[in-house]
Amino acid sequence: MIHASGLARTFTTRRGPVEAVSGVDIDVAPGELVGFLGPNGAGKTTTLRMLTTLLAPTAGSATVAGCDLLTDPLGVRRKIGYVGQSGGAGPDCLVADELILQGRFYGLSPARSRERAAELLEQLDLTGTETRVVQTLSGGQRRRLDIAMGLMHLPTLLFMDEPSTGLDPQSRANLWGHIRGLHAEHGTTLFLTTHYLDEADALCDRILVIDKGTIVAEGTPDELKRRVSGDLVLVGTTDPARAADITARIPDSTEHAVDGQTVRFRVPDGASVLPTLLGELSRAEVAMTSVEVRRPSLDDVFLTMTGRSLRETEGVGV
Amino acid sequence: MTTLTETWLIFQRSMKQSLRNPAWVIIGIVQPVLYLALFGPLLVPIIQNTPGFPPGDAYQVLVPALLVQLGLFGSLFVGFGLISEYRAGVIERMRVTPVSRVALLVGRALKDVVVLVVQGILLTVLALFFGLRAPFGGVVLALALVAVLALAMSSASYALALKLKSEDTLAPVLNTIVLPLLLLSGILLPMTLAPTWLYNLSRVNPFVYVVDAERAIFRGDFGGSVVVVGIVVAIALVLVMVGWGVRTFQRESA
Repeated sequence: MIHASGLARTFTTRRGPVEAVSGVDIDVAPGELVGFLGPNGAGKTTTLRMLTTLLAPTAGSATVAGCDLLTDPLGVRRKIGYVGQSGGAGPDCLVADELILQGRFYGLSPARSRERAAELLEQLDLTGTETRVVQTLSGGQRRRLDIAMGLMHLPTLLFMDEPSTGLDPQSRANLWGHIRGLHAEHGTTLFLTTHYLDEADALCDRILVIDKGTIVAEGTPDELKRRVSGDLVLVGTTDPARAADITARIPDSTEHAVDGQTVRFRVPDGASVLPTLLGELSRAEVAMTSVEVRRPSLDDVFLTMTGRSLRETEGVGV
Repeated sequence: MTTLTETWLIFQRSMKQSLRNPAWVIIGIVQPVLYLALFGPLLVPIIQNTPGFPPGDAYQVLVPALLVQLGLFGSLFVGFGLISEYRAGVIERMRVTPVSRVALLVGRALKDVVVLVVQGILLTVLALFFGLRAPFGGVVLALALVAVLALAMSSASYALALKLKSEDTLAPVLNTIVLPLLLLSGILLPMTLAPTWLYNLSRVNPFVYVVDAERAIFRGDFGGSVVVVGIVVAIALVLVMVGWGVRTFQRESA
């Protein structure tokens, strides 16, 4: 469905050329639900914009939905659906007007377009919003309308850029349900970008991890997590130096680090070392403020691959 | 689907938006009406006592110029609406569809042309009450010429808006462009009154030819070379600006 090789984009800025995406290879099979995970500025949106004909690549080639991206962008446009980061429905337009017009853009007859709009409004729980002005919809409704717009012409491949950004947890969960439903019922191939680990984990069959313009890892969420060796144990303490001495003696432990008042390390089975660890720490009279065992997450995958945490790159400390 | 159908679809959408929020259409007509009412009466004695004015009475000189002013100002600021649509992702969403880029631009610009022609008709009818006398065919031709000018200007405005993508940059850029264009166009007072250097400078401004042509048309002077030059300049402007606009819609990058 998507086959891209060496796709790259360099932007010319005042300070010289900036390589936003430096040669990515992407293969997506029909019917897959693939997530493109990475921090802000990693090159996700730039890659997506290239694959959807919005931005010309500076190098590389790609076939999208059976059409060559460089020689037949119109063919690509006819076949794909696209849900952009900032939506796409005119804020001062009526819901039904925008949907029907979108269908007309793809060559649907006025009658067919109206029919399809009604169908999608129902499918995405938007019945009753037809004559409302887009900007009066709630965040979740608006996002579902954006998706409906992307699906008007029944594309076999739908691109979504950060589908759940800015939504409250309830609307997110609801949106995920709809996305999963679409995928399950219609077999639409979905390619979405996200910088949320939980979203990639909960939604995607397969994940491509991108950082600084390069794909650094690829696999199912489980495969990726398996690459991280073991659980993360975090000990909060007022005496990190002495605590670190003790945790260093735990058998099979790796990746020791001290981060302010927190001592951390990895160990294959976190829960089973806790009793020994706690015993040793209290014998040495090291005061503990917290103890935590974390199962590997996609964030750990990101950390292992890039040496940085996804959360750190967003400016939020772990 | 043909480009024509697509242009019609975009036109309809833009028209609905304007009708839903007609404030701008009204604001656009207020300025020329104020000129007509508060500046026109000043012009009457000046024209009688100053040599160098083109032939015709005060309103035959003023009203055609106000029509050009309407075309210039009314259309040059339409880009602001596009920026808010850009921010809402509308432009991007439409650019991913197979719709022709010509339709994306021209559909919008034609809406501006229709709004402008309606404003122009209102202004001309109002001017009749102030004492304007002009041949009917002349007024029709004059409005057609302003329509061409408006198509050029709104295309330019959309192109500029998509390039700059921010109201904060667009506003100063437009103001910088508009003031010299206005002063050197002979809209307020004919450039035939100007000293030679200023007159020569004004010949660089394409709008001066359109204003001259409009005045000649209002006098009923259809055959003169002034009219031909004005029409040719307006058509050249439209080709350049629409071309620029379409290219911007093709290439716009985040």
